[in-house]
Amino acid sequence: MNAQTDYIVKTENLTKVFPQKDGTSVTALAPLNIEVKKGVLSALIGPDGSGKTTLMRLMAGLMLPTEGRLTVLGKNVAEEPQAVQNELSYMPQKFGLYEDLSVEENMNLYADLHGIPQDIRPERFERLLNMTGLSPFTKRLAGKLSGGMKQKLGLACTLVRSPSLLLLDEPTVGVDPLSRRELWEILKSLVASDPISIFVNTSYMDEAEMCADVFVMNRGRVLMEGTPADIRALAKNLCFSVEPPETVPTRVLQSLLLDDSEHIIDAVPDGGRVHFITRGAEQSPVLDNFSLTAEAVPERLEDGFMLLMHKDLKENPDLSAPAVQSRDDKILKEQKRITSDAGLPVDIEVKNLVRKFGDFTAVANTSFSVHQGEIFGLLGPNGAGKTTTFRMLCGLLPATSGYLNVAGVDLSVSRTKAREKLGYVAQKFSLYGNLSVLENLRFFGGAYGLSGETLKKRINEVIDEFSLHGRENDAAESLPGGYKQRLSMAAALMHKPKILFLDEPTSGIDPLARRQFWRQITDLSAHGTTIIITTHFMEEAEYCDRIMIQDQGRLFAIGSPEGIRDELGLKHAPMNEVFITIVENGRKEEHK
Amino acid sequence: MNDFSGFSRRLRALVYKEFLQLIRDNSSLLLGIALPLVLILLIGYGISLDVKNVPTAVVLEDPSPTAQDSVSFLTGSDYFNPRYVTSMKEAEILMEQRKADVILRIPPDFTEKLEHGEAKIQAILYGVETTTSMTVQGYLETGLASWLEARQGSTHGAVIVTRMWFNDANTSSWFFVPGLIMLIMTIVGVFLTAVVMAREWERGTFESLFVTPVQAAELILAKMIPYFCVAMAGMLLCLVAGHYLYGVPLRGSIILILAVSMLFLIVALGIGLVISALTKNQFNACQLALLVTFMPSVMISGFLFDMHSQPIVIQAVGQLFPTTYYLILLKSLFLSGNNFPLIIKNSLILVVYAVLFLGLAFHITRKRVEE
Repeated sequence: MNAQTDYIVKTENLTKVFPQKDGTSVTALAPLNIEVKKGVLSALIGPDGSGKTTLMRLMAGLMLPTEGRLTVLGKNVAEEPQAVQNELSYMPQKFGLYEDLSVEENMNLYADLHGIPQDIRPERFERLLNMTGLSPFTKRLAGKLSGGMKQKLGLACTLVRSPSLLLLDEPTVGVDPLSRRELWEILKSLVASDPISIFVNTSYMDEAEMCADVFVMNRGRVLMEGTPADIRALAKNLCFSVEPPETVPTRVLQSLLLDDSEHIIDAVPDGGRVHFITRGAEQSPVLDNFSLTAEAVPERLEDGFMLLMHKDLKENPDLSAPAVQSRDDKILKEQKRITSDAGLPVDIEVKNLVRKFGDFTAVANTSFSVHQGEIFGLLGPNGAGKTTTFRMLCGLLPATSGYLNVAGVDLSVSRTKAREKLGYVAQKFSLYGNLSVLENLRFFGGAYGLSGETLKKRINEVIDEFSLHGRENDAAESLPGGYKQRLSMAAALMHKPKILFLDEPTSGIDPLARRQFWRQITDLSAHGTTIIITTHFMEEAEYCDRIMIQDQGRLFAIGSPEGIRDELGLKHAPMNEVFITIVENGRKEEHK
Repeated sequence: MNDFSGFSRRLRALVYKEFLQLIRDNSSLLLGIALPLVLILLIGYGISLDVKNVPTAVVLEDPSPTAQDSVSFLTGSDYFNPRYVTSMKEAEILMEQRKADVILRIPPDFTEKLEHGEAKIQAILYGVETTTSMTVQGYLETGLASWLEARQGSTHGAVIVTRMWFNDANTSSWFFVPGLIMLIMTIVGVFLTAVVMAREWERGTFESLFVTPVQAAELILAKMIPYFCVAMAGMLLCLVAGHYLYGVPLRGSIILILAVSMLFLIVALGIGLVISALTKNQFNACQLALLVTFMPSVMISGFLFDMHSQPIVIQAVGQLFPTTYYLILLKSLFLSGNNFPLIIKNSLILVVYAVLFLGLAFHITRKRVEE
């Protein structure tokens, strides 16, 4: 048998259409023809909503295809779902652990359901527990585990028996980089030691890089299949890197490059430099203006991926959100790097902040300050205390002790007064879905005390600023993800707050929309709005003037991304690596 | 048989899991075991449809002994708590201050008119509490009538009949206990089952379980068994409490009571499973369960209000709910004995419902996650 052509999953014109309540329908999978190779690690990458989960669920027999044929492990899934399910293991995005059962009880339940004989269990469980590092916690309730540990327990439950095919749907979403790395070590060793095929959904490029075969998906279609090297090769000789001048923030140079769409396809801050993809040999005038020379760098998987996304967008321009109009180039160009001794006014001052829930300390003795116009990022794994800190800053949660001054108002004295000066964008879309864009803006403007002509004028301003033209009368819930995000920001900015709080704003939106989002944030900060943002995308720290890294309620590092890197001796290292080093060092110190 | 051993092994594992969860999640046990106890104590001692110690203001505008005698039935009665005042104004103030629910006014010409058989007594009732007022009005009319009959030398028999009417009002806890058992079966069977099943959909635990050799029927049975036990425990608690605390008679066979309860429980579990499979969401399951089971079982099954006193349309709607038939069975088994034609008829109706809902539950619970 030729191993090269041997497949474990095959789709033939596989189509899935979801009928909607209003009679229309959404095509989640356009006719799809792929083959997943046997015995290797394959990845499916693509933005949220591209149909990745639907494809997985179809493979697991949890959904019926609308049309076409899906063969998994040699069987037609639509006809013999149980036979397929008996041979494969599937870990959904949110693995359904029983939170009030212990680690061991959860594993036993799945072992019983799969009919694993009692005599081979001790050995198998021991191996799984060692592999996942859960051995010390067998008696702990699953609900009391951290996010990363829960994911690993989910994987252990999925692997109580040796499946022929393992399907993993975004196994590392919301998991900190440390646990992410451990989980992938497990997968790699598994595929090396067992006769198993693994098919993983992911939105992380570094994860796809570890796979033998990669499928790039967008809007229900597979744009390309190939090895990571194949996809990377798309951007061959097009990638460059440039270091911004001392006084210019990285994001400003990146934004200016991104705006030059004539010469540049994509630009992203990376390790204190700007990494960009050019259209051809001609150099961007932006670089000439700063008299900089870019150096050619090796292409990365992400570059190939972004090229595919851009190409897809160009072929279907009607589906994309129009690029954000850049306002005032002049102001942007003049923006300088913010340093703590620049003498800028302080917008947020925090001293010895503590928050306890019962005897659990969510935030321990934290102090920092944020200057006007600064972009300040809060980074950390789930349960680090990010959200708690964040909520205290916007006055949603009182502090247990410590001093908290936001926009010149002492929060312990007057929370309402401080709230007038800040805007807040929640993690989940929290506008009224069945109101139109205009109605939402009118409502939020009114809630902030705007009325009459002032309100009208302000609405027109934000519609301009966030390119919401042509969508004014659409119901908010019917907007595509990127638009929803913009509308949320527009609503939060109706009263021109001094400070804007954003909680995980980029989770669940596609990479192109994320670029535009940061482009907008860069503009806002250049115009003097202070930005506080939480994110679990470590690379987004590069856009921030300063970042704060928390773990288990403690502040581990604070400073500019470059400063933190220099301190660790990791110049130009990717933020993921920086983060892992900091958290590992911090935890080690704590143990001493 | 290989298939059967797999079935029983998986079922055992799932039921074990369900019991562990039940024990660790106190809210389910509270709902199944503690709530029945609280309800039976609350309803038994707290709620009663009897009216007692009604504060009554008596305005004696006619000071004659005859007039005084006419309202003597108020004094020494458990039902009234009379207070004699001299003017209407005073009485009105008492009513305004909510110190009197009734004003009884004996006009100055009472004795005189009585001779001609035209005497009138004015009774002013606090109309806000309609039910209480109606009862009180009945009491007053009966009290006065009995006095008149006694005075005019009519037969003593009439007086005795009236007294019977008074005494018979003290048995509402007898009437309540069967209803309470029905209520608890409904709460645990429908409500709790629908919610815990919907929780599995909502938390994504089913999505993980589905991709194992487990069968949909095993998932359903594994949910039914533990909640069957909880509901039966709650029911036995009510039975014991009702019998020993309130002396509710058990005139029918205890075995029959248990048997029809189990039958009804299967109906209730079936409804709960159907609701959860339809909604797949805890909040919606809650709402739907409240709407289609809890409300009708309280309002129109005959638990609080006698079905015969309801409009025909409401009666017809009441006939649609299985709770109504179960309540008829329970009441007759508790209070009147083994009436076999009635038991067979109502049990058969419940069997039809059980087959219908269980069949539906098995039919619509699929190992799929279509949105």
